[in-house]
Amino acid sequence: MTALALTKRLALAGLIAAGILAPALPVRAEDEALPTVHWSFSGAFGTFDQAALRRGFQVYKEICSACHSMNLVHYRDLAALGYSEDEIKAIAASVQITDGPNDNGDMYDRPGRPSDAFKAPFANEQSARAANGGALPPDLSLIVKARKGGADYVHDLLTGYAEPPAGVTMQSGMNYDKYFPGHQVAMPQPISDGSVTFADGTKATTDEEAIDVANFLAWTSEPELVERHRMGVKAVLFLIVLAGLLYALKRKVWAGIH
Amino acid sequence: MSASAKPPVFKNPVVRWIDHRLPVFSFMSHELNEYPTPRNLNYMWTFGSLAGIVLVIMILTGIILAMHYTPNSALAFNSVEHIMRDVNYGWLIRYIHMNGASMFFIVVYIHIFRGLYYGSYKAPRELLWLLGIVILILMMATAFMGYVLPWGQMSFWGATVITNLFSAIPLVGQHIVTWLWGGYAVDNPTLNRFFSLHYLLPFVIVAVVMLHLVALHRFGSNNPLGIDMKGPQDSIPFHPYYTVKDMFGLAVFLIFYAALVCFAPNLFGEPDNYIPANPLSTPSEIVPEWYFLPYYAILRSIPNKLAGVIAMFGAIALLAVVPWLDRSPVKSARFRPIYQQFFWLLLADCFLLGYCGAHPPEGWYVIASRLGTAYYYLHFLVVFPLLGLFERPRPLPMSIGKPVLSAEMAGSVAKTKVTP
Repeated sequence: MTALALTKRLALAGLIAAGILAPALPVRAEDEALPTVHWSFSGAFGTFDQAALRRGFQVYKEICSACHSMNLVHYRDLAALGYSEDEIKAIAASVQITDGPNDNGDMYDRPGRPSDAFKAPFANEQSARAANGGALPPDLSLIVKARKGGADYVHDLLTGYAEPPAGVTMQSGMNYDKYFPGHQVAMPQPISDGSVTFADGTKATTDEEAIDVANFLAWTSEPELVERHRMGVKAVLFLIVLAGLLYALKRKVWAGIH
Repeated sequence: MSASAKPPVFKNPVVRWIDHRLPVFSFMSHELNEYPTPRNLNYMWTFGSLAGIVLVIMILTGIILAMHYTPNSALAFNSVEHIMRDVNYGWLIRYIHMNGASMFFIVVYIHIFRGLYYGSYKAPRELLWLLGIVILILMMATAFMGYVLPWGQMSFWGATVITNLFSAIPLVGQHIVTWLWGGYAVDNPTLNRFFSLHYLLPFVIVAVVMLHLVALHRFGSNNPLGIDMKGPQDSIPFHPYYTVKDMFGLAVFLIFYAALVCFAPNLFGEPDNYIPANPLSTPSEIVPEWYFLPYYAILRSIPNKLAGVIAMFGAIALLAVVPWLDRSPVKSARFRPIYQQFFWLLLADCFLLGYCGAHPPEGWYVIASRLGTAYYYLHFLVVFPLLGLFERPRPLPMSIGKPVLSAEMAGSVAKTKVTP
């Protein structure tokens, strides 16, 4: 019996360890310890910090959007950042969108509307590559969901630029980044202290800009996150109560059996 | 308390009128109210009905998703994002469906290991078990093709790797792969047929589940003691006893499911699948969904491709022939002290294989997955047949209703049980 108990316990310990470790062991050898940021949207009760989202949108609009598209996000979605309808119309109208063909068969430019997707900086992949030394700046709509580490990855990449250590030979056109996998990234350092002047007066340090834009990109990846978390809390509480009631009912029905 | 054998009399005249011409109500009453169920089933027996409920959830959410999804290689990725962003509660339906696959496999794997522990596959339930394995295989095919539909990087490269397994077949392998793809690479025709089959197979699963239930109701459920019901004192009607017990089990299950969907919907997913499929760029590591990882580890543990493929499919085939590999006349592991230990070892082995399958095949992982594969085969081909010959089972109780026995009597019962 003791031998059995031991085998059972060992097996269970193994299962639990494997279960916990398997998803939590990203292979990230040789890199230095990553800085950790506390994100307001993490955890079951996590929610977006609207002020950070607006600052992050400003960083994206003024800096990132020069090269990176955001094809899955529409101007109308900005309502989630607290912009009014008129503000959104103004933001959308600040870009020219190619539309058409009109009744004469010609394409034409018109000011953007809230129903338009964010205007992409390049017409196609080829022109994006041609303007960026052959590298393709990825679309950022889903970047936080599409990278191991999520928002931390974005923050670390943006704040990890440094001089390459002695003995590291860089490929031409590449930049050294402490945290980027492989350390060589085609994107030159995009943000530094004072890259933007925040509309709300927040001091624009590199770290602040990186955190804010990572917040914004977390929102573009998961615009439903806040609603999802709220629904989860309600659903789980409801189900716990329901399970309790059903357990009482089960006890009652089975009372005569045992 | 025991299940009654009287034919049902319906109070409602409409029900009576219909039932006289189309006896669906008699059938339901027969299968629920009169269906005698062992009185001692534990919560491990809840997972069968849970699997059925998850199947229904998958079909319902899947039908809604198909209304908004576009199976075209140029549009598929964005159509999924359209569901996530623009369709009302599309994100909820999609996350329920996506995580439902994981929950389905969790439930079904527990259901299978419950069968292995309590010997539910033994005579006269061999066909019941075989139909279950058919469902498992259909589920795997359905899940694999469903994973391809969002047309992300892992969809595309997973489809490439898995379909390429068939190229290991001598002589005709490459032709079969071309035929499966509908071209010379995974492309739009592949996506189209996968969508078609992904919509079809769940209904095939429903049909096999029906057969699974017919086979189940022939002899009724096995039970933790693994001995037959000997009379009305051993059984209770399925309804209300097990309906209410299963309802409670369902509520607890839904707590976990809801938490997964709402708080960590991408826990089991790969970030790479949020990058659109790109045939020109291979991800650094191609990993299947977690429920395939043990098989993936078996596949990669063998250096020869054909042998690896055979070993992988063999692992499932062995599961199908367990009723004939296990020679012990005693069903429940409760009365099989040695088998019980090997059972936990097999479970641990499957987790070890799953762990190895999640990591690149190098160094320690190769050795571990080879040992794991070797044990898996050893368990089925050596342990199962030999234990039946050498293991001395503990004395079996007289009946479900009266499990207490004197030691002397117990010995004689065990003897009569062992020698058929």
